[in-house]
Amino acid sequence: MGTFILRRSLQGFLVVLGVTIVVFVATRMIGDPAQVMLPLSATDAQRAAFEQQFGLDRPLDAQFISFVGDLMRFDFGESLWQRRAALEVVLEKLPKTLELIGVGLLLATVVGIPLGALAAVRPDGLFDRVVVGLSLTGLSVPQFWLGLLLIMVFAVGLGWVPTFGSGSLAHMILPAITLAVPSMARIMMLVRSSVINELNQQYVRTAKARGMPFGRVLFQHAMRNALVPVLTLVGWEVISAWAGYTVVVETVFAWPGLGFTAMKAINHSDLFLLQAIVFVVAVGIVLVNIGLDVLFKLIDPRIKEA
Amino acid sequence: MTITSSSMSDRSTTPSMIQGALMSVAPLGRFLKELWRDKAGFTGFAFLVLLVLAALFAPLLAPHDPAAQSVLARLKPPIWMEGSVSGHLLGTDMLGRDILSRLLFGARSSLLVSVSVVALAGSFGVMAGLLAGYKGGLTDALIMRVVDVQVAFPGLLLTLLLVAVIGPSTATIIIVLTFSNWMIYTRVVRGIVMSLRQTPFVEAAEVVGCKSARIILKHILPNLISPLLTLAILEFTNIILAEAALSFLGLGVQPPATSWGLDVAGGKNYMMIAWWPITFPGLCIAMTVLSINLFANWLRVTTEPAEREKRYARGRAAKMRRAKKT
Amino acid sequence: MAYAQPTPILEVRDLHVEFDTMSGLVQGLRGVSFSVMPGETLALVGESGSGKSVTAQAVMGLIGLPGSIVSGDILWKGQSLLTPEGQKKAASLRGKSLSMVFQDPMTSLNPLMTIGAHLVEVLRRHMKLSKPQAFARGVELLEAVGITEPRRRMAQYPHEFSGGMRQRVMIALAIACEPELLIADEPTTALDVTIQAQVLDLLADLQKSMGLSIVLITHDLGIVAGLCERVAVMYAGSIVEAGSAATVFEQAEHPYTQGLIRSTPRLDDRRDRLVSIEGAPPSLLHPPKGCAFQSRCPVASRQCDTKPARQETPAGGSVSCWTPSLPAWADVAKTTEVHAR
Repeated sequence: MGTFILRRSLQGFLVVLGVTIVVFVATRMIGDPAQVMLPLSATDAQRAAFEQQFGLDRPLDAQFISFVGDLMRFDFGESLWQRRAALEVVLEKLPKTLELIGVGLLLATVVGIPLGALAAVRPDGLFDRVVVGLSLTGLSVPQFWLGLLLIMVFAVGLGWVPTFGSGSLAHMILPAITLAVPSMARIMMLVRSSVINELNQQYVRTAKARGMPFGRVLFQHAMRNALVPVLTLVGWEVISAWAGYTVVVETVFAWPGLGFTAMKAINHSDLFLLQAIVFVVAVGIVLVNIGLDVLFKLIDPRIKEA
Repeated sequence: MTITSSSMSDRSTTPSMIQGALMSVAPLGRFLKELWRDKAGFTGFAFLVLLVLAALFAPLLAPHDPAAQSVLARLKPPIWMEGSVSGHLLGTDMLGRDILSRLLFGARSSLLVSVSVVALAGSFGVMAGLLAGYKGGLTDALIMRVVDVQVAFPGLLLTLLLVAVIGPSTATIIIVLTFSNWMIYTRVVRGIVMSLRQTPFVEAAEVVGCKSARIILKHILPNLISPLLTLAILEFTNIILAEAALSFLGLGVQPPATSWGLDVAGGKNYMMIAWWPITFPGLCIAMTVLSINLFANWLRVTTEPAEREKRYARGRAAKMRRAKKT
Repeated sequence: MAYAQPTPILEVRDLHVEFDTMSGLVQGLRGVSFSVMPGETLALVGESGSGKSVTAQAVMGLIGLPGSIVSGDILWKGQSLLTPEGQKKAASLRGKSLSMVFQDPMTSLNPLMTIGAHLVEVLRRHMKLSKPQAFARGVELLEAVGITEPRRRMAQYPHEFSGGMRQRVMIALAIACEPELLIADEPTTALDVTIQAQVLDLLADLQKSMGLSIVLITHDLGIVAGLCERVAVMYAGSIVEAGSAATVFEQAEHPYTQGLIRSTPRLDDRRDRLVSIEGAPPSLLHPPKGCAFQSRCPVASRQCDTKPARQETPAGGSVSCWTPSLPAWADVAKTTEVHAR
């Protein structure tokens, strides 16, 4: 287990290094921070001062070394928009995004797994067709549009919940549903096909032959095995939501998390804040990945230490 | 050989011969006939054909200039509602632009971006996959390490960063989406190539001394077509949704060009008083993606014989159960 | 021969099973009849696709849609298992009085459940034992099927067991609730030859000590001889010949049975050359109208175009053939020999 975690950590380090290089290349070589961050009306003198302040006038290799050095000290610079340390802004917004992801994916899992499993009991039956139809629709609807439709119907039309912002449970409902829908659709589809597959396995036949009632065969035998790939998917959903796919939902609902802040940073040309968000998220992805791998090893005894 | 062919023609009856001739002449006809059996897949395919035609002939079909503004005809509802203006079938947006015309031209943006990205990311990814799978060793290790690392990147956030630095435009999103979507092709292709290399026919070709390029072209590429086709079609849905989301966020297609995502963003501030400016473009995205999904689903089942048999068995079982109940 | 006829523990009467596939209706079973007496071992012999496994699944109630039992009956101690009440009865028998060992031990156990969990599950369900009782009984059962260190083994997962060990576990599961009838569907096919013998010995021992009836399904005549009292030979979805093992081996009536026996190598008899039955069994999608073996039979004649009825043989068995007991393969063997020289 120890060597396993070490290996995964090394891989994670490569990811963070890769992100570092891409961000450096993008911000210092492809783009020009002075041009992005300063207003168009800035004079040449202002530009020079800006470049000197952030060391942008030095050769690229020297810039890269100090760039990496700053990152290792978790010094992401100061947010020009908020006038305080970028990391401080990120850590302040982080819990809101985690809250949204947590509630959204919990909803997706809690609804998606039972519906998918029930659909698998009678493939091509009426219930199954409804579930498959719902999943396909959920996969096809763009999230931002779904969010707006929900606001239009439930917040504006019916007035049941607030239109945007955060604070109460009522604020949470629509963003969580919007975030959950595509994940729920994927989870339902996978649970369905996975359970159908497991119900055709030999060990299910033998369990039936031993006189186990269908409910037990489904929940004790088939579901357990079917949930192994589903857990991988849920892990992937966590990572992809975390990797920025909350941006859309947060923007639609003005949810004050990392994604919404990233959009604001772009609108304010605050490159340092955006960089900080990208790095914190990259480190988060690495940690979540390692955590999930450890979890899978605990769940499935067949996964050998490799 | 001669014996087989003559005995076959002895046995076959005239109608089946005609049918056979028709099939070899018209694979399109066979394709449509097969597709017709799956009504959902057929509907999806039909919608996609209409969409492509609409995008190609948008200038001819559109009743108005999609960018033409009219202060007098702002936020007019669709033609079947009270207060509508004639000539604007689906109503107008907040600048008095014709929604139907914008939808037709918006289809162009969606297709342009998705076709470009799938083609670029696909060809780059496939080449990397062929290289990794075929060369093996250090090349393979290097390419796959890059793939692994990049798959674990914070996808959309990095995309946002790149777009913010380069500056949003249609070209930018094509480049950025290509950069963040090529890895899946590499993984799939490498997996298939690795397993194919161990099959007797490729091993035999190697032993006989065929050149690598020839082996790849003649033996490996044909086996990649079916899985790659399904993958590429599903990737279309991802790219269309990504383009729409980026345009919605203001980081994709820029005005005066049109895009469905952009139109939804434009109508967002008026949704309290007018539902149509955001509903129709959103519906277009959803229906396009749904159609692709339905078609891809049919394709996947049809190209796999085992899957077809299973599907038939499920269908029969469901029918038998229903018959039992009544 | 027969004294007072006891009721058979299992009787299958004219069973027809069909599968609805994409290519059409496949007639998996076309009128199978046999019975098993208490304490008796019956071998169902035939090549793959002859309907042996389908028969076993039908008895176990495992024929799932789109397959279905079209006609015929399955009786447990004289009571039908196919009527609505019978199905309830069958559900209570399954795993308890009527149990089964499957062909492939590698996939027959749930990979995410320990061996102990499997045993405890079945013991708690059918024997109404408490958890500790079930565990203790599970340990005894593992010991009974020859697994060393049973207590430690209980906590292990299937992937930590070899094929032969897993089949022992399957047998332990099958005998856990003291069944009256055990169906063993090719229990040794997936195993090494040495392990095969061990597993068969185990089955024989258990039968003696528990007095259970066994239906042994196999394509291997070699393992029938030592273990079974009666044999039923299946071909293309029906039984072509049945009788006591001794008579079937000594004087097979049906040409197919004769061919099967002559194609099995025997250590004690080296005079004859091995026979190979040319061709393949008919498709069960469109089975022939007459005798199904006609196309491969060396002594087929015109009357074989109509289906032969089942008739009693002098030795107390039954056979479905127009020309039973005709030595079908003698000439073939001779000619082969001539050619060989």
